[in-house]
Amino acid sequence: MADFDEELDASGLNCPLPILRAKKALAGLDTGKVLHIIATDPGSVKDFEAFSKQTGNELMESKEEGGKFHFLIKKA
Amino acid sequence: MEQKKLAIIATKGSLDWGYPPFILGSTAAALGYEVEIFFTFYGLQLLKKDLDHLRVTPLGNPGMPMPGGMEKWMPVLVTALPGMEAMMTSMMKKQMKEKGVASLEELRELSQEAEVRFIACNMTVELFDMEPSDFIDGIELAGAARFFEFAGDADICMYM
Repeated sequence: MADFDEELDASGLNCPLPILRAKKALAGLDTGKVLHIIATDPGSVKDFEAFSKQTGNELMESKEEGGKFHFLIKKA
Repeated sequence: MEQKKLAIIATKGSLDWGYPPFILGSTAAALGYEVEIFFTFYGLQLLKKDLDHLRVTPLGNPGMPMPGGMEKWMPVLVTALPGMEAMMTSMMKKQMKEKGVASLEELRELSQEAEVRFIACNMTVELFDMEPSDFIDGIELAGAARFFEFAGDADICMYM
């Protein structure tokens, strides 16, 4: 997994909390900084793709590892 | 790109139906939408400071899954017995907690933080003798024409 600037653990949280928490965390980052999100909600895979498309924040990586979902999102 | 707009009319005042307006409102705001929710009739219950009074009922709700698949054989009249509503409400709250579903209060707070605007229907507030002071802060009291001022330009309009 590439480098990141901040981490958000949304494990155990269900829709729409991972997205809402990610949005908040991104608001506190400067453009170009990368947020690493950890989630356990399987719906978050499609949700973060959709979030990225609609907000313009690039989804650099999306993968499953050890039963958790990991996302890297670059602040636009 | 011009900001998209979502207009929601929230008409239901139960624990289960309180969720859709706040889930969709807060999510749309996170996606960059400008959002207004117009609360009318029983939907006004969702604006009260304390939401502990909200209930979910199995009565007249054949689609509600119950523990052990009870809904498949339980006579409808049984769902009307005293204590059923309180029991189903506490079970639903427990289940939500276990599954990491946010509380209504949390989703409402996140919506307001994300600048979702809440409008309480003035007519129904008066009809039910409700006290605006029982509502959370930041509520606008207004009528149907005020709703259309925003909804008329909205990209999506939902009635819940």
